[in-house]
Amino acid sequence: MSARHAPAAGLALVLGLAVCGIAGARAADAVDPKADMKAFQAYFYEKFPNVKHEDFVNGPYSMDEGMRKQWEEKEEFPPYDFAVEKGKELFETPFKNGKTFADCFENGGIGVRQTYPRFDAKLGEVVTLEYAVNRCLTENGETPYSYVKDDMAAVTAYMAFTSRGKPFAITVPDDPRALAAYEAGKQYFYTRRGQLNFSCASCHVQNPGRRIRAEVLAPALGITAALPIYRSEWGGMGTATRRYMSCNSQVRGTPLAPDDPLYRDVDYFLSFMSNGLPISGPGARP
Amino acid sequence: MISAFARVVLVFLLLPGSAALAANAQEANDAYAAAKALSDKAAANKNQWPATATALAAAKAASEAGRTDEALAKAKEAEALARASIDQTEREKTAWKDAVIR
Amino acid sequence: MPSTIRVRATASGDQTDVQSLIQHPMDSGYVKDAKGELIPPHYIETVTFEHDGKVVLTAFWGPAVSKDPYLKFKFSGAKKGDELKVTWTDNLGKTDSSVAKIG
Repeated sequence: MSARHAPAAGLALVLGLAVCGIAGARAADAVDPKADMKAFQAYFYEKFPNVKHEDFVNGPYSMDEGMRKQWEEKEEFPPYDFAVEKGKELFETPFKNGKTFADCFENGGIGVRQTYPRFDAKLGEVVTLEYAVNRCLTENGETPYSYVKDDMAAVTAYMAFTSRGKPFAITVPDDPRALAAYEAGKQYFYTRRGQLNFSCASCHVQNPGRRIRAEVLAPALGITAALPIYRSEWGGMGTATRRYMSCNSQVRGTPLAPDDPLYRDVDYFLSFMSNGLPISGPGARP
Repeated sequence: MISAFARVVLVFLLLPGSAALAANAQEANDAYAAAKALSDKAAANKNQWPATATALAAAKAASEAGRTDEALAKAKEAEALARASIDQTEREKTAWKDAVIR
Repeated sequence: MPSTIRVRATASGDQTDVQSLIQHPMDSGYVKDAKGELIPPHYIETVTFEHDGKVVLTAFWGPAVSKDPYLKFKFSGAKKGDELKVTWTDNLGKTDSSVAKIG
């Protein structure tokens, strides 16, 4: 290259590198749910090579043999049976306007739980199954349920039951709002909070299978597959929301409002991480 | 012989919790306001700690009961807790990324 | 009113395995509600399982047993097709009963 062109070429080279550098930095920050999911699943499969992949949806029972035996016995007569029965009744009882829950969901709401949460492009937000149930109620002139237990837990228990065994099929569309919600959920999951300075990951990524006081910690992989759950500790059913709120309290943080978008976002993130794993809900936990 | 004046001065000096040391209501109120402002910020951060709210409520109750020393102490405690929760949120804005499974 | 009792009994040789799940609040009387008032005690006191006119198990429960109690036991002397009757009575005098066929 002639001396006259060298500086220009040099400048072009520097500019080219700078552009690549910027693009490279942006790529590192780019939201890639599929890559996250692959890494997430690989982490747990490698950490627990003796656990069958589908078994992760059984939480602490996949981690502890003694607990598993007790659980298998109880599954012959599970404590959530009453909730599923109540849920079916609520699901099939018409609203005041004559419609039923079946009118709000595809396939009449049967066998669809594994596709929730989903990003609703029209609403511009994440819709969990619980959120969808309450939207159905309000759109049909009925009073929405509490997000935490009782009727909400019963209806979602029934819907989960109709999806037992179906693999999680969550989609994060290439919509910047969906990606932002996914990323917000991911951030929520890994962020430390509360006086005890724990994040969800502190327990469920760093210490699955270990004990926290008397409880055996569940792995984060597949953790939403068993919801809603009958917890012996609660003496009853609880939804995902109930669990998120109680986790907040347990790290000495103030829980968010039950319908806070962050709870829906973290549910979205966790469920996408579990794509391919079967629905095991409704579940029974200690 | 101690003069009447000297007697008064002596009594005053010997009084426990003399006026110079006791908190006044204004101090306690200011401390409460400062703590409340931080507590509200923590709540807006969606990272409120129940301990902060409890200390704040205790400060208010003590103030209303006229226990200004206690009100001041509780307000200071609430402020410290609120500050810690706010710092936590700030720290975690970047720290969370280090925990992500790669 | 749907039954509060679910029972499953399976015979294998001379042994019959029985499992039951009973829907009951089992309030101990020590727990307070959201308003701060004590929830009055309401718990099952006895549960009996009868086969062929004879009581094969009597369970004496009380406030220490949790909500929706699950029970599992085995007994001998029954065969497939026989009937097993379950009855519970609580401290308020309420009662429920159910008959299941041994499978």
